[in-house]
Amino acid sequence: MKATAKTYLSLFLTFLKIGLFTFGGGYAMIALIEDEVVNKRKWISKEELTDVVTIAESTPGPIAINSSTYIGYKIGGVFGSFLATLAVVIPSFVIIFAISFFYEAFMSVEIVKWAFFGIKCAVGLIILRTGIKMLKSFPRRPLAIICFSLAFVGILLIDIFAVRFSSVYFILAGAVIGVLTYVIAVSRDKKRLNSTNSEGAQTINESNSTTSEGAQAINESNSKNSEGAQAVSDETETPKTETANGENDGKTLKTETEEGGKR
Amino acid sequence: MNVFLDLFLTFFKIGLFTFGGGASMIPLIQQEVTSHGWLTEEQLLDYIAISESTPGPIAINMATFIGSQTTMGIAGGFFGALVATLGVVLPSFIIILIIAMFFRKFAQYAGVKSVLISIRPIVVGMILAAGAYLVMAAVGFKSVYAAGFDWRALVVVGVLAVIMTGYKLITKKSIPVIAFILTAAGVGLVTYLLTIIV
Repeated sequence: MKATAKTYLSLFLTFLKIGLFTFGGGYAMIALIEDEVVNKRKWISKEELTDVVTIAESTPGPIAINSSTYIGYKIGGVFGSFLATLAVVIPSFVIIFAISFFYEAFMSVEIVKWAFFGIKCAVGLIILRTGIKMLKSFPRRPLAIICFSLAFVGILLIDIFAVRFSSVYFILAGAVIGVLTYVIAVSRDKKRLNSTNSEGAQTINESNSTTSEGAQAINESNSKNSEGAQAVSDETETPKTETANGENDGKTLKTETEEGGKR
Repeated sequence: MNVFLDLFLTFFKIGLFTFGGGASMIPLIQQEVTSHGWLTEEQLLDYIAISESTPGPIAINMATFIGSQTTMGIAGGFFGALVATLGVVLPSFIIILIIAMFFRKFAQYAGVKSVLISIRPIVVGMILAAGAYLVMAAVGFKSVYAAGFDWRALVVVGVLAVIMTGYKLITKKSIPVIAFILTAAGVGLVTYLLTIIV
């Protein structure tokens, strides 16, 4: 789809509106995005929006920026993604920039000062609540609980003793653990496949006997392929139990048999 | 280092290492701004409160606010606000653009999922630590080197905690952030009245 100037304009205005009317962070924004982008404009389907949210959650950065960049790209390419991201940022930027001018004067008013005394006590509670909500949503496996506890205690100690140690390292450590568990899980899967595969190798052997004619034909007709075919027939005689090999051989055998059949 | 470059790089780092929405950005922002000496704990609490109660993503609000305040003397803080906001947006923008162009199925790769599953508990731990720390800071305990105690703040925190959990128990819904912030402002004003009277 080629985006027209009109599409770009409505993309910009839509995300300007989304940036202007969202309070309280990214998740509140998703409902508004659904309303505007899925129901009203029909730019993407509801399923696609779910994908967008998943991607936004699994990449760094504010969810609002992630979603607007992604949807913008889908509607209007690189320029579209630039426009949508710019639009979602502008309201915040303008409002906060305006507030920052009055901040000092505003804070020196006695009543405001006391109102903010109350608000300061609330801020930590709001963040605790967010944390507790998130805590309820992840599975309670031992590794997760250990990671959680280490991060909680570690960061708290860093704050209390005013140590200079970036919490970025905690995130990086999490990423390393994630990669390691993935590698371990993959190698474990492989082992399991290996142990169950002796049967598979057997069936390949059996099918070999029916395809031997095809292999023969290849042997005769194609001198270039003869080595490969030889290897195949070799393996027919000495069945291997390793998964990867067994599977590969089965595949090559199949393709070669097809060739043979065509001839 | 040049303050603009420092702002840009710091917020670029914050944008790059935050997973899972605005709240997960708070621990990092808190650490960075206090270690740079850009804000005191008091100011940080003000900034978070203002960012939570104005429209738009909290991360953007915080970046704009801190950027403009730290460079207020230079062009009214406009360029500071600009570079900080640009810094926090840019990592997301670049990463999502690459994914949208080449890896539509990104989130479904098993490796990506595994990394996210491991990062999530750490992020939650960080958020809870930041929340606990901000409560302590509000009550006056900023670190072992700056340990004060404000009993009025402790009472207000207690009252607000009761309001928060009470609302949840009665309505079965969480109290909306803005309603809660307004309530807190009210409690603060009541404290003011009490100090005048008593």
